[in-house]
Amino acid sequence: MSTPVLTQAGAPTGVPASARRRPRVGPGLGLGLAVLYLSLIVLFPLTVVAWKGVEGGAGAFWSAVTTPDSWAALKLTLGASALVAVINVVMGTLIAWVLVRDRFPGKALVDTLIDLPFALPTIVAGLVLLVLYGVKSPLHLNLAYTRAGVVIALLFVTLPFVVRTVQPVLQELDRDMEQAAFSLGAGPWLTFRRIILPNLVPAMVSGAGLAFTRAIAEFGSTVLLSGNLPFKTQVAAVNIFGRIESDDTASAAAVSTALLIVAFAVLIGLDLVQRWGSRRG
Amino acid sequence: MAKYLLRAIALLYLLFLLILPVGLIVWQTFGDGLQNVIDALTSEEAIHAFQVTLQVAIWAVVLNTVFGVGVALLLTRTNFPGKRLLNALIDLPLAVSPVVVGLALILAYGRYSTVGGWLENAGIQVIFSIPGMVLATVFVSLPLVVRAIVPVLEEMGDDQEQAARTLGAGGWQTFRRITLPGIRSALGYGIVLCLARALGEYGAVAVVSGKVVGETQTLTLFVEERYLNYEVPAAFAAATVLALLAVGSLLLTTLLRPKDGN
Amino acid sequence: MAIEVRGVSKSFGRTPVLKDVSVDIVSGSLTALLGPSGGGKSTLLRVIAGLEVPDAGNVLISGVDATRLSPQRRNVGFVFQHYAAFKHLSVRRNVAFGLEIRKRPKAEIRARVDELLQLVHLEQFADRYPAQLSGGQRQRMALARALAVEPQVLLLDEPFGALDAQVRKELRTWLRRLHDEVHVTTVFVTHDQEEAMDVADEIVVLADGEVKQAGRPQDLYDNPASPFVMSFLGPVTELGGRLVRPHDIDVTAESVEGSTAAVVNRVVHLGFEVRVELTAGDRDVWAQITRGAAGRLGLQPGDTVHLRPVPAAKSLAAADA
Repeated sequence: MSTPVLTQAGAPTGVPASARRRPRVGPGLGLGLAVLYLSLIVLFPLTVVAWKGVEGGAGAFWSAVTTPDSWAALKLTLGASALVAVINVVMGTLIAWVLVRDRFPGKALVDTLIDLPFALPTIVAGLVLLVLYGVKSPLHLNLAYTRAGVVIALLFVTLPFVVRTVQPVLQELDRDMEQAAFSLGAGPWLTFRRIILPNLVPAMVSGAGLAFTRAIAEFGSTVLLSGNLPFKTQVAAVNIFGRIESDDTASAAAVSTALLIVAFAVLIGLDLVQRWGSRRG
Repeated sequence: MAKYLLRAIALLYLLFLLILPVGLIVWQTFGDGLQNVIDALTSEEAIHAFQVTLQVAIWAVVLNTVFGVGVALLLTRTNFPGKRLLNALIDLPLAVSPVVVGLALILAYGRYSTVGGWLENAGIQVIFSIPGMVLATVFVSLPLVVRAIVPVLEEMGDDQEQAARTLGAGGWQTFRRITLPGIRSALGYGIVLCLARALGEYGAVAVVSGKVVGETQTLTLFVEERYLNYEVPAAFAAATVLALLAVGSLLLTTLLRPKDGN
Repeated sequence: MAIEVRGVSKSFGRTPVLKDVSVDIVSGSLTALLGPSGGGKSTLLRVIAGLEVPDAGNVLISGVDATRLSPQRRNVGFVFQHYAAFKHLSVRRNVAFGLEIRKRPKAEIRARVDELLQLVHLEQFADRYPAQLSGGQRQRMALARALAVEPQVLLLDEPFGALDAQVRKELRTWLRRLHDEVHVTTVFVTHDQEEAMDVADEIVVLADGEVKQAGRPQDLYDNPASPFVMSFLGPVTELGGRLVRPHDIDVTAESVEGSTAAVVNRVVHLGFEVRVELTAGDRDVWAQITRGAAGRLGLQPGDTVHLRPVPAAKSLAAADA
């Protein structure tokens, strides 16, 4: 819908009655500046990467992406991220449940700490995990330079997503629904499975999707813990970084473009899922 | 019974993934005495890294706050073609790997790019210097202020603003006296989030800064460099500072977060 | 199936909500739990359903002590004020839920659900989701869902509370008719005396966690046990130190035996009924008279008239502080 302000020169004949009653401020100059800012910082650079990634044609793009080390890194990244998304669905929902339905001393503190991975610099996240799960692990659990270490790092940085998407839904969930199910003869487990869970699924899916896109993009937390062994623990972002450092920006752009495509596909998928969900809801 | 089992699982998971690691590094940092920490943090490079970090973060926060408030107002108070697209594009940076952000900026504004060439001729170096690091930091923290205040602006509606207009207030007066007080705590929340992200950015800055010790090294880069050079106490000390800043910003956001039912 | 509530007490924290409440609900009756909000009526209903456990006392359903029985074993139908619709299930699946839990054969479920949807006039909405229904339709769906499992008793918590006035009245009549068809022992909670009188066979007045009075609607109206019940069940006014129904006041131009002089302040014409506001001595009083009577008296503000209770009027000593 376009506003009369945009058409300039104020021809009042075409102005709908509703717009006259509620005059809206025109976007004008502010919109121009905002678009310019967004373009200079985000859109132009990303377009250049994508362009650089595909400018040699599909064949060149494909061969850059499938060089053995990049291909291994992409496979590891996607596999580990999928695993992390699944673990997050289970643990994130469980944590959200405990935060909403349980009461214990220190709950408010735990609730606050959930967001720590968002606030903590990723390099620090990697370092703190290395202290507990590295060579000198006080638990005698050395995950440094292993794929398990990569998964732990990704679990750390993606912890809040599912918790924070499921928690508000659980809070808003009509408790009467559960009582209605009880009075209709359903036990606690049946009520959870047939009444509560279906209402949480959209939030769980969107939390898992966000965790997945974050995980495939992750760099800082895996740098120290994974040891960046090509073909073993090197994730895609680290692979791209190595190519930038060796001035191979063309293939770095190709792998970056592959990552961007996956991320956008997931986000568009999530949007579709949400729209499908809200149509019913 | 099930209740205690679930609680135990949740708390153990958080303990081993989150609380023990972060607690352990703070404990190990101060384990060798406070003097070592102070020494590690007052080295010339450390102080310089602090300064660079602060400089970059402040630029990023100021720019994103102005942009954030402006765009939030555009999205909630005006109509224009392409509004949905703009709304979607705001979130774009969240889906991009920090390394890709760095690469994108190098390709767009580096010395060998067209635009970078012009800037170089004009005597402006973007990549491997502060402007590029500011760009990278702005990129990664761009949606935070917008997303913090849009819901509050939406909920507030424009009734109060229209009332102010009918009482004779101009655009700026309405913004300063009606809109701004209404979004104050949400704006504070967004700014703290943005600041925390800016202080802690590592990947994108690692790519565009060139990691020049004593010049473009930020605190996060300092942590990495010291750790890789086996100066573990210095790395731990700086990491602890960053962790404490993160915890501090968390506590601040808890205070500022729009509360339910308020 | 009769319900007996014996000496039930319940506190939330330190606040007593039910104090030694005993109620007998006759099998097959339609009973209203009536009272002001916070009076304990919803809690009593939830105790009967097993959604709350009483601190003391027993609940017997069909003579069997059900006090410690969990809600899923009580076989009661419960209808919530805000419907508690299962948002992710269609109308049909909502109604079928209790039968599916009981693992009834598919064909039987289908037949029973169709029958119930017809009963509540929702057959053409079977495949919609709750979000696509109006409030009244959702409430009818909730009712069908509760009836599907053939409960021994049907409990409704402020069933029409969230609906607008017009729909409320329709559903009220409809509930009465439904009850006459299904004959299941039904208890509903309401704070609306008109609703209780309109629908119920029996009314239990609950306030401050106590049963104030129980009985047939007309008995309660005509023979209230206390000023509270009298004023809760209908309009009252005070004349000569006693509480009287305003329609039980005779207004005459001349002084008669036992009458009190009063000055007219305002005459409000409400169609058939006319509301006269007066001052008798230093007290405000009002009378409800017919249009014809008002016309004959030709009342004007400032007129002095004479008031007295009609001979058969029920009155109670005003509980003046």
